[in-house]
Amino acid sequence: MTASRLTQSFQRRTFLLGAVQGGVGLLLAGRLGYLAVAQNAKYRAASESNRVNLSLIPPRRGWVLDRDGVALAANRADFRVDLIPDRLVDRDATLASLQTLLALSADHVADIRDKIDQSRGFQPVEVASKLDWDTFAAISVRLPELPGVIPQRGFSRYYPAGAAVGHLIGYVGPASADDYVREHNPLLITPGFKIGKDGLEKAFEVHLRGVPGARRIEATAGGRVVRELGTREDVPGQPMQLTIHAGLQDYAARRIGLESGSVVVMDCQTGDVLAMVSMPCYDPNAFSDGIGRIEWKMLSEDDHVPLRNKVLRGLYPPGSTVKPMVALAFLEAGLDPKAAVTCAGGLRVGNRVFHCWNHHGHGTTDMMKGIYQSCDVYFYHFAQQIGMDTIAAMMRRMGLGGQFPLPYPGQSYGTVPDPAWKQRKYHKPWAVYDTVNATIGQGYMLVNPLQQAVYAARLASGLNHMPRLVLDRHAAPPPSMGFKQDHLDLVHAAMNEVVNGRGTAGKARLPIPGVQMAGKTGTAQVVGLNMGNGKSGEWKRRDHGHFIAFAPFDKPRYACAVVIEHGGGSGAAYPVARDVMTYLFDQGKALAVLDDYERQWGGNLQQRMAAKYATYAARFGASAPPPPREAAEPAGTATDEPGAEPASPETAAASPAPEPEAQPLPTTAPEPAATPSAVPAP
Amino acid sequence: MMPRLFVPQALARQPWQVIVPLTLLTLFGGTVLYSAAGGRLQPWAALHVIRFFGFLVMAMLLARVPQPWFKRAALPGYGLLCGLLVLVELIGRIGGGSQRWLNLGFMTLQPSELMKPAIVLVLAWFYAMLPLNELRGARAIVPPLVLLAIPAALVMLQPDLGTALAISFGALVMMFLAGLPLWLFIGGGAAAAIAAPVMFFFVLHDYQRKRVLVFLDPESDPLGSGYHITQSKIAIGSGGILGKGFGNGSQSHLDYLPEAHTDFVFATMAEEWGMLGGLFVLTVFAIVLGWGLKVALRAPDRFSRLLAAGMVTTIFFYVCINMMMVMGLAPVVGIPLPFLSHGGSSMMTNMICIGTIMAVDRWARLRPPGLR
Repeated sequence: MTASRLTQSFQRRTFLLGAVQGGVGLLLAGRLGYLAVAQNAKYRAASESNRVNLSLIPPRRGWVLDRDGVALAANRADFRVDLIPDRLVDRDATLASLQTLLALSADHVADIRDKIDQSRGFQPVEVASKLDWDTFAAISVRLPELPGVIPQRGFSRYYPAGAAVGHLIGYVGPASADDYVREHNPLLITPGFKIGKDGLEKAFEVHLRGVPGARRIEATAGGRVVRELGTREDVPGQPMQLTIHAGLQDYAARRIGLESGSVVVMDCQTGDVLAMVSMPCYDPNAFSDGIGRIEWKMLSEDDHVPLRNKVLRGLYPPGSTVKPMVALAFLEAGLDPKAAVTCAGGLRVGNRVFHCWNHHGHGTTDMMKGIYQSCDVYFYHFAQQIGMDTIAAMMRRMGLGGQFPLPYPGQSYGTVPDPAWKQRKYHKPWAVYDTVNATIGQGYMLVNPLQQAVYAARLASGLNHMPRLVLDRHAAPPPSMGFKQDHLDLVHAAMNEVVNGRGTAGKARLPIPGVQMAGKTGTAQVVGLNMGNGKSGEWKRRDHGHFIAFAPFDKPRYACAVVIEHGGGSGAAYPVARDVMTYLFDQGKALAVLDDYERQWGGNLQQRMAAKYATYAARFGASAPPPPREAAEPAGTATDEPGAEPASPETAAASPAPEPEAQPLPTTAPEPAATPSAVPAP
Repeated sequence: MMPRLFVPQALARQPWQVIVPLTLLTLFGGTVLYSAAGGRLQPWAALHVIRFFGFLVMAMLLARVPQPWFKRAALPGYGLLCGLLVLVELIGRIGGGSQRWLNLGFMTLQPSELMKPAIVLVLAWFYAMLPLNELRGARAIVPPLVLLAIPAALVMLQPDLGTALAISFGALVMMFLAGLPLWLFIGGGAAAAIAAPVMFFFVLHDYQRKRVLVFLDPESDPLGSGYHITQSKIAIGSGGILGKGFGNGSQSHLDYLPEAHTDFVFATMAEEWGMLGGLFVLTVFAIVLGWGLKVALRAPDRFSRLLAAGMVTTIFFYVCINMMMVMGLAPVVGIPLPFLSHGGSSMMTNMICIGTIMAVDRWARLRPPGLR
């Protein structure tokens, strides 16, 4: 190895090195050209999508208005804070600082934790809304330490009447994981967007939703907004106008007071539903951020079942309220209204005695007296003569057992029993005592309060009303029921007598000069008389109170049905009907009465609910168990199948005994004035 | 010859054909850093340019150092840096966590950076000293490998794969240029091909392994380690031929590009200046490296020849790995781009390399090769 050979070797190898370097240089230049020229379009798009951040602006929901344009559901501008679980770095630390900044209660934080656990990471979880500017600003300046937290201004749903419209309108809430599976729309996971969860909000989701706006912003990789590039305004959802009368709805809800009940008011000329109230109810305003554990505990433990819309899903034996239409069926079947029976307090049917509610008997009773005195024996007697099929047909014409196309899921339609139905259901032939029970609205009969109201409206007007909730001022007038006017006049007169004469509801008289209300009481037993007298004792065992009414009796304008669960009889129901009717003719008088009541009850609806919430929060705090998933949709279990018999009617009423023979006590309908005692059949 | 009369000889002798392009490149780097800082000279651009001129003076002074001083400094310098590497490791252990630098007060010194030229110097010294007939024996292979293994292992401990590779690459190229038998390299290459998977599974740290995997498929982890490569490619690709314009790079300004002023400065540049800017950078490096190799070929003796070629290799390795990394041809390793990336230690290392090549250039002028 000589120095010169080594030098040559060095030169050769240096050339090689230089060649390699040159080759790498060419490779780099080629790669540069490939990226910057050949792939330019692709990378320019990628860079642009990095730079420009498109964020959706949740559309403002369409308003829900009453028939006069009063807002039942509106939107309120507010500041809100959401949280995206996926972007959280330290969940506990973030929640702790949010708790301090927003002054959240322990149960609220526990609710947020539940929601984070249940959400699918990318779905926003609402932390707080309706914030004031200072709190909002305090969060905004601390954003760099709070990754995953999104403060924004937006609109939140607002229900001015609160709980009074809960079951009517439903409520909105953040889209659930299931909603997102059903509708794969990025809007659903936009912070601040709410979807209709129940009632009309859910049924008219498409109509109310609107079109989201979009904001194009230039933002850093860390999410800091550099500047706004442009904004497309959202298109608010369309408003919808209901047939509801907001004031009446609110009044009726307040008037039910501490009871558990329903009020439905219909317009006798058009079939418009003016009020549809089921109380107690949740406050839909409180549900929009999801159902908190305290709310859930409070609502689910309440034996007045505030989560159930009793108007559509409560089934009750209608009691004596069926008598006017049974009488109408008699008339159509050709019975002379002058035909009378002698009521001695009971009637032997087969080997059993069925008692009249008045054990002293009504004496000679014709049709008028049978209705206004609610004499059971009159109906026992002639029902056997006319037959159940005729009576059941009339009941169905009047809307009992009827399915009305209202936009609510899980309605219960009840039962109008007849021989064919019993054979199908129980494989037993129809018996005479079944007819006897059915004519006084007991036994197998089950109806919901809406059907009661439709019945009242059809009976009052003689028109074949279909209940309507969505206002249509150009709807065709409903066709006639085909009743003879003199038949109607007789029944109307008898019902007027109930209130304004010798009847069972004298205290229901309207305090309006010149306006007379006609009505019919009904009391439905919940348990047999051997377990309680129906009027006092354990709440769950008291009788249901019913009242159907229309006014003015001679020129029907409004029809109304009231059900008070376990009210102890119709005496609980007709004062409510009276005051609600009064409201329609003289609001001042009606409100004065209500103010008196509310003072006794311990405040108005909002005050009472707030007090109850405070009690629960103080007692249970964050220890209350979290609500079950999708608890907000109690409709889930109810039967949606129109024709199906409900497996177990959603009512506290005693289900009719399948075997009347086995039942030691005949079921009668005691009226409030009497003190019935159980007398076993000999 | 008239102008020469007015220019001092010390200045006229400077290799302006390299200094001018380098200065242009650094000033260009300054503008990129100015833009990356959002249109401000602070904190990077001004310091970058000032440092360059400071180190340029240092390089010119280094060029005046006679060859024997280099030879004498080789082994002590190497030993001192090994000591500093151990010291850094100890401080890191005590402080908890890894540390790569020493705080000298006026600057932070990264000994591993300086080890890159130091290993070249010590190997040049070693092979110049080695008798020619030993070149095919074990004495030509074992001591250099030991000299390489000590700092490489210390740097790997830090852990800093990029620098360890740079040191190893410099040393291996030195051994290659020194004339070790070719079969060693072919065999070594084959052994490396076998060792690579072993290394991958047993030696590399988890985060390094992940980087390699992600490099092979950046889109597999678009928000994790692959994020760097993906965003860098987006920056370069979206720049196009002429770029988005000075100050308009959205990738860097909106923080999508990681390390926009250090390791990924080329992407920052290419986004705003496009392919043209990239070609300018490549051209300057071609000029500098080409000049370095020419100096090496003209060098008067074995020591200076190896020294110059080794310094060229060191700079080349920086450029090559960094640019391959930002363009998605190599995994993400922490190696800055000379004269563009902000950073004192790497600037110093590169200027030491340049100064050393200038020194060899001067020796060649003083003592042409044929005369030895």
